[in-house]
Amino acid sequence: MKITQEDVKHIARLSRLYLSDEETSTFGGQLNSIIEYVEQLNGLDTSSVEPTSHVIPLNNVMRDDTLKPSLPIEEALKNAPDATEKFYRVPKIIE
Amino acid sequence: MLNAIGRNTLKLNELTVSELRRLLDNRGIKPQEVLDDVYNRIDAVEDKVKAYITITKDSAYEMAKDAEQAILSNKQSLLTGIPVAVKDNMCTKGISTTCASKMLHNFKPPYESTVTARLKEQEYILIGKTNLDEFAMGSSTENSGFHTTRNPWDPERVPGGSSGGSAAAVAADECIAALGSDTGGSIRQPAALCGVVGLKPTYGRVSRYGLVAFASSLDQIGPITKNVMDSAIMLNAVAGHDPLDSTSAPAEVPDFANFLGQDIKGLKIGIPKEYFIEGMDKYVDDAVRSAAKKLESLGAIPVEVSLPHTGYAVAAYYILATSEASSNLARYDGVKYGFRAQGGKDLLEIYMNARSQGFGAEVKRRIMLGTYALSAGYYDAYYKKGQQVRTLIKQDFDNAFKEADVIVTPTSPTPAFKVGEKSTDPLQMYLSDIFTISVNLAGVPAISIPCGFTKNNLPIGLQMIGRHFDEGLILKAAYAYEQSTEWHTRRPAL
Repeated sequence: MKITQEDVKHIARLSRLYLSDEETSTFGGQLNSIIEYVEQLNGLDTSSVEPTSHVIPLNNVMRDDTLKPSLPIEEALKNAPDATEKFYRVPKIIE
Repeated sequence: MLNAIGRNTLKLNELTVSELRRLLDNRGIKPQEVLDDVYNRIDAVEDKVKAYITITKDSAYEMAKDAEQAILSNKQSLLTGIPVAVKDNMCTKGISTTCASKMLHNFKPPYESTVTARLKEQEYILIGKTNLDEFAMGSSTENSGFHTTRNPWDPERVPGGSSGGSAAAVAADECIAALGSDTGGSIRQPAALCGVVGLKPTYGRVSRYGLVAFASSLDQIGPITKNVMDSAIMLNAVAGHDPLDSTSAPAEVPDFANFLGQDIKGLKIGIPKEYFIEGMDKYVDDAVRSAAKKLESLGAIPVEVSLPHTGYAVAAYYILATSEASSNLARYDGVKYGFRAQGGKDLLEIYMNARSQGFGAEVKRRIMLGTYALSAGYYDAYYKKGQQVRTLIKQDFDNAFKEADVIVTPTSPTPAFKVGEKSTDPLQMYLSDIFTISVNLAGVPAISIPCGFTKNNLPIGLQMIGRHFDEGLILKAAYAYEQSTEWHTRRPAL
């Protein structure tokens, strides 16, 4: 097993996900079989291959720095689970 | 003009975009009559098919009034009065856009995606928002947070995915045309499994502004239609540079309909041996080989090509796509929009509760896989390696297109599989996209068109792949094939 149960818990924490013990075990098994499948890439020598992040040759797309109206506050807040006045509301952050 | 008898027997929902355009412009029918037939059909079969998440009937009849006025004053556009369904991962202002996720079950976007804005400019009528695998992650719609869409050809089987709702709605005549999105085959595979036409344009050809992001370097929007002509018309409506999407290409957009009807004499078609693999369905193999022969009889010249890194595509894809997804889906935190769970004593708990209860299993699995691939110590081994293999796959296509104008392959190794058949084994599900994924990694355009049926009467799809921005050529080849066969005229008996 490449990915241990402890690894799964660590990855879940980084992903901001709670997992039950059962989920930890199921996801652990599945992640291992996927990673095992992915390891076939190691059979390819890519030492002299440039990585591709984007297939169409475009870079530094610029626009004029002009003022434009943005989304009105009341529109931006409309979908918020909890909003007050002009703000999103969350539990106290600073003790 | 249609006489009374003609109107009684003609079901307008069964027609195509171009057929309806003609009838509407002749004023033989009104946009409201088209809507009546579409919604009657939805009432009749939607219980079985379950293609839609949201039906927008009231606003559709409002849009029909404007369409009627435009036609009466001879000011109609490309899609005036044409009923279109849109996959529920494209933002429609004020209209629920859920991505088939509990996370966005109550999300009503404050802005319009560029594709639907362009359809609006052409005066389309939105019929409803279609089902998908949650956040477009899946190949069967079984990962939808709401319900599984059924294949109109056999309701025991999946419609494919992730744009399974759009493909099923088109196949069942529950709309005239639809939009899907394709990250690893999500337009082409469901089109193949439902016996309709699905086009994934070149990366950058269609704006992604307002498409809820899954894997930004791979996602692309395209049409799902009843025939190739409609595919060209829909692409005409949505293609073109958009300043709101910095990855949209400033490439010239031709009138794609102009390519249709040109003969294909001398067109070089490449048939890569890597796409005829062990375990492939015999009927799929036969149908695709016969299709290649048919193209040859129309004057195309077969050439040998090789795409040697095909076997590595699924592995590279599931590193790159999940890495991008883990980053894109970090925005769902239960604060600005979307689902927030009860309770949570601090901010971190709010985030974790919302994400743990708001996302389904496949989304969690992919976020975790991507997080792992990008995490400290593993980046070079997985993410960078995946990007290097992407380079090799792109070079395969560059080399193949020196020999061939169009590459012809099966769209999917099998016809539609049964609901539940692959849903417990994620890797088996991933492998169902084995023939479509390379295309996204290389960013090239590809279309899937019907090319036959299995002995159980399940549709088979033929994939035609072209060079970057050469949609015109694959549409031309697809149209020539379609016009010499009758597969596209068959309809499921629902």
